[in-house]
Amino acid sequence: MAKVTIDDITIEVPDGTTILQAARMIDEKYGTHTAPPTMCYYSKLKTTGGYCRTCIVSVTQGSEKDPRPMPKPVASCRTNVMDGMVVKNNTSPELLEARAGVVEFLLINHPLDCPVCDQAGECHLQDLSYENGDEGSRFQFPKRVYEPIDIGDKVKLNMNRCIMCYRCVKVCDQITDNRVHGMLYRGADSEISTYIEKAIDNDFSGNVIDVCPVGALTDRTFRFKSRVWFTKPVDAHRNCETEGCTGKVRLWFKGDDVLRVTSRKDQWGEAESFICNTCRFEKKNANDWVMEGPSKISHHSVINQNHYELQQIKLGIKRQIKHLTGVKIDLGEGALNPNNIQK
Amino acid sequence: MMQLTNRKRVVVKKEMSLAEKLYLPAITDGMVITLKHLFKKPTTVKYPEVKRELSATFRGQHVLKRDEQGAERCTACGLCAVACPAEAITMEAAERKKGEEHLYREEKYATIYEINMLRCIFCGLCEEACPKEAIFLTDRIVPVDVNRKDMVYGKDKLVEDIQNRVDVSKRQTAAVLEFKKDKKHFHNQTWDDIQKQIKPKKHH
Repeated sequence: MAKVTIDDITIEVPDGTTILQAARMIDEKYGTHTAPPTMCYYSKLKTTGGYCRTCIVSVTQGSEKDPRPMPKPVASCRTNVMDGMVVKNNTSPELLEARAGVVEFLLINHPLDCPVCDQAGECHLQDLSYENGDEGSRFQFPKRVYEPIDIGDKVKLNMNRCIMCYRCVKVCDQITDNRVHGMLYRGADSEISTYIEKAIDNDFSGNVIDVCPVGALTDRTFRFKSRVWFTKPVDAHRNCETEGCTGKVRLWFKGDDVLRVTSRKDQWGEAESFICNTCRFEKKNANDWVMEGPSKISHHSVINQNHYELQQIKLGIKRQIKHLTGVKIDLGEGALNPNNIQK
Repeated sequence: MMQLTNRKRVVVKKEMSLAEKLYLPAITDGMVITLKHLFKKPTTVKYPEVKRELSATFRGQHVLKRDEQGAERCTACGLCAVACPAEAITMEAAERKKGEEHLYREEKYATIYEINMLRCIFCGLCEEACPKEAIFLTDRIVPVDVNRKDMVYGKDKLVEDIQNRVDVSKRQTAAVLEFKKDKKHFHNQTWDDIQKQIKPKKHH
């Protein structure tokens, strides 16, 4: 076990834990905000992390035995904790400045076409630049521009928006049978592509849409259908026969229509479980699914904008019950699910 | 209780005298006031023959602008609708097809764009939220109607006529106009500008 202090909060974690994982453990335990943002690290995929540099932290004390600070900020997703390590994330102004620099670099070639992009509203790069970036960019040169291409009939690849996080490459490597796409060329010219624009074609290829932190890989069946914040997320499941698919999804409703099916995202914006292409692209009828209730989305998210129906309904039910029976009730998660009410 | 002003008067209900009961002095007082007003300059104008001058930033009926080439600027990003406190704006988007570049400026455009003028409170937040300089409130006053349905303005009423442009330059500061011209910003480039930058594909 190793004792590590991150932003003045101490936690004991098993040996071999990375600083990022330790920070997330602190957040889960105490409800704080010490975990650094991540763009390329994905806890559900192996060997991710180390590309984007957004999760840098400054280590002010290396360990109990060797208390020297580390000379430069380190990538927390690839650095293991040592016993007695002291880490500074949000409490170090120099580090936040360095992270703003990283954001500026990530945005160098980004087209900033958020008004057109389908990812806007649930884009990690938007959140990152809003929370950690500086206003404006010093980049004066023409940006790298590519024509958007279709990878198969379900996925659209827009390389302009890509930040080279490799998450999609890892998904195809680890979740699906055979790897069909990867990085081509080098340095500033590198791009994600399939060889000879070969379509990605297997049962789990749709997950590249979910893991993509930006709008580089988007769902063609949802293309320009609606902005994310005009749709209403509902958790649902079905018995999926595809091996490896849990069938637990999030449906995005507009009125009575299911516009999009995605995996459920956890606190860190990562998919809770990967879903198959049948669930994602074929089952766009509400009757195919068993509803579990509205998804819990952080109230900081624009997706929650103008959605006060649930709170209003809950308040109304609470008042009615109090008025009729005099009992105060707690309407927690899933309380409005019809299955629960029948019980 | 502490008094905020000393304008308070206690009302005393006393018996009126005979002179007061006749109301003659009170009537003359009233007539004098009426006569005075006859010779004063009127405070109202005879609308619609005479129109008052409006402020440069008056917030009246909306317009959806076109760019210099006549293509619609709106890309249906939905920021106006989410900023709208009255939830008056709804829209639906579609992808631009090949050959429609002269009609729509961006890859995506609004097929349906509706503002419910009965809901709208003319706060101007849509104008402020718009990243594409597409929607503006103008000095035109929204005409009244007898039918609720007709008060939902669609693209036919909102998008400006190419021949008959709506001038919104008064509403924009010099800094904003300068920002709009700067080609360094991606949003100021038309699709043609962007196409020119695309590098030829390398083959190995």
